[in-house]
Amino acid sequence: MENNVVQPQAESVVTVKNRRIRGIKRSAFSLPYLALSIIFVVVPLFIMVYYAFTDGFEGGMTGANFAHFFSRPNILAVLGKSLLVALLTTVICFLLAYPVALALSSPMLNKKFVLVMLFVLPMWINSLLRTYAVKIVLYLLNISNAWVSVTVGMVYDFFPFMLLPLYSVVSGMDKSLIEASQDLGASPIKTLFKVRLPLSMPGIVSGALMVFMPTVSTFAISDVLGDTSTYMFGNIINQWFANSGGWNIGSAYSFLLLILIAVTVFVANKITGGHTEVGGVL
Amino acid sequence: MSKNVKNGLIWAFVGVMLAFMYIPIIILIVFSFTDAKALGVWEGFSFELYRDLFTNASILGAFKNSMILALVSALLATALGTTAAIGIFHMRKWKKSAANFVANITMENAEIVTGVTFMMFFLALRLPYGWVTLIIAHTMITTPYVILSVTPKLSQLNPNLYEAGLDLGASPMRSMFTVIIPQLIPGMISGFVMAFALSLDDFIVSKFVNGSVETIPVYLYNALAKRGADPTLRALSSLLFVVILAILVALNVVSAKRRKKT
Repeated sequence: MENNVVQPQAESVVTVKNRRIRGIKRSAFSLPYLALSIIFVVVPLFIMVYYAFTDGFEGGMTGANFAHFFSRPNILAVLGKSLLVALLTTVICFLLAYPVALALSSPMLNKKFVLVMLFVLPMWINSLLRTYAVKIVLYLLNISNAWVSVTVGMVYDFFPFMLLPLYSVVSGMDKSLIEASQDLGASPIKTLFKVRLPLSMPGIVSGALMVFMPTVSTFAISDVLGDTSTYMFGNIINQWFANSGGWNIGSAYSFLLLILIAVTVFVANKITGGHTEVGGVL
Repeated sequence: MSKNVKNGLIWAFVGVMLAFMYIPIIILIVFSFTDAKALGVWEGFSFELYRDLFTNASILGAFKNSMILALVSALLATALGTTAAIGIFHMRKWKKSAANFVANITMENAEIVTGVTFMMFFLALRLPYGWVTLIIAHTMITTPYVILSVTPKLSQLNPNLYEAGLDLGASPMRSMFTVIIPQLIPGMISGFVMAFALSLDDFIVSKFVNGSVETIPVYLYNALAKRGADPTLRALSSLLFVVILAILVALNVVSAKRRKKT
């Protein structure tokens, strides 16, 4: 585009040179960031892959780090339990957040923006602080079961991340469709299952993603609320990296986590057609 | 069901859910005003924990570190993110998808994976963990959020203005900085605020590259998970809760007022 600009005094070599400088494309403005990203984000990922496939002592290529993972039943059990807790947290968050999203977008409350804000504000508070608050409440309630504590902590910490996309999709829903369903004689329950929930799918998927992924990989919540029996996948990775001899195995585990994330994001994008909803509050 | 009963039920439900969210925070704040060593024990009203807090050198140092880190990395992220947003906005087809993919990596990746990749990379570079590695890591993880908040402003721009600048004899650089960038300032400010907040909040990535530099979240993590919570943390947490909530409410009230005006 800018190459077509007519130079009023185009004459000498100097101007030709100038035009070449002037001719930089606007897309070139992204080069500093993209270059830094490749150096500091992409290359490190390859370093992780390198560590994952090499032997820490002799430096040769090996699949032993992955074999380590698949040959240890207790580690597979940790992964299984992580996935289970993450799933449970996601389901509980959804069951709590969906009614709240419906209530907040009901005709009576949908002008009360401050309520939405109150629900979403804790998202901006460091999760360690929120986890600490939960710890005190659990202590006062005399709940000492490690798994219960960790699950309660996760639900409390990640609830706003489920609510926000759900609210943004439910409040943006075409109300006439719900009225139509009621006019055609569907009961409120039937309207919920046949109209509201299917239409909320993009919000449900991105809410589930925003809760499920961090739950699998978190290590802080079980560090603060649980014990070694409640280790999540993130705790295992964290532990391998705590001593310098464990980086190869730790990298293999991180690589597996990365693949798990990539697959989940891919599936989520397929379900919603690439339209995951993340609302615009704050 | 009459309408009043239904509305009453909705209010009650929303109220109960809000109570669930805020009661833990309120309890924490209440217990910050007693100096009992153990958790959940009330031993009379006292400001002792707050006095400890403001004389604790490592907490004050961590606070200073957090602020400097958030400020420097948010400034860098705003500069990088704004230019990146402009560039990516004017890319086409596969280049655009590739650039967006790169920008999405740190946002979608698990933070712990991002953290360990930084750690291994800096070791490979022989770069000692500390301020430099923290600033690089925080800048890289917050820049994508600046891009996210600047891009919508770009699509609202009149596409002819930049070329008008060129036609009137300005160089692309000059046209960019005097015509385009000033119109992006609202997006840049919200991007800066977001980068600042995310940097203040991060402890997972920081924990892997911080060396001996302790930030507030790293301090919190070490205190909670390793040292076994000391009572001063209750005062620190309560103070942070109140300050963050106050800032957020103020920001929201201001933006709500502005929205009403326009």
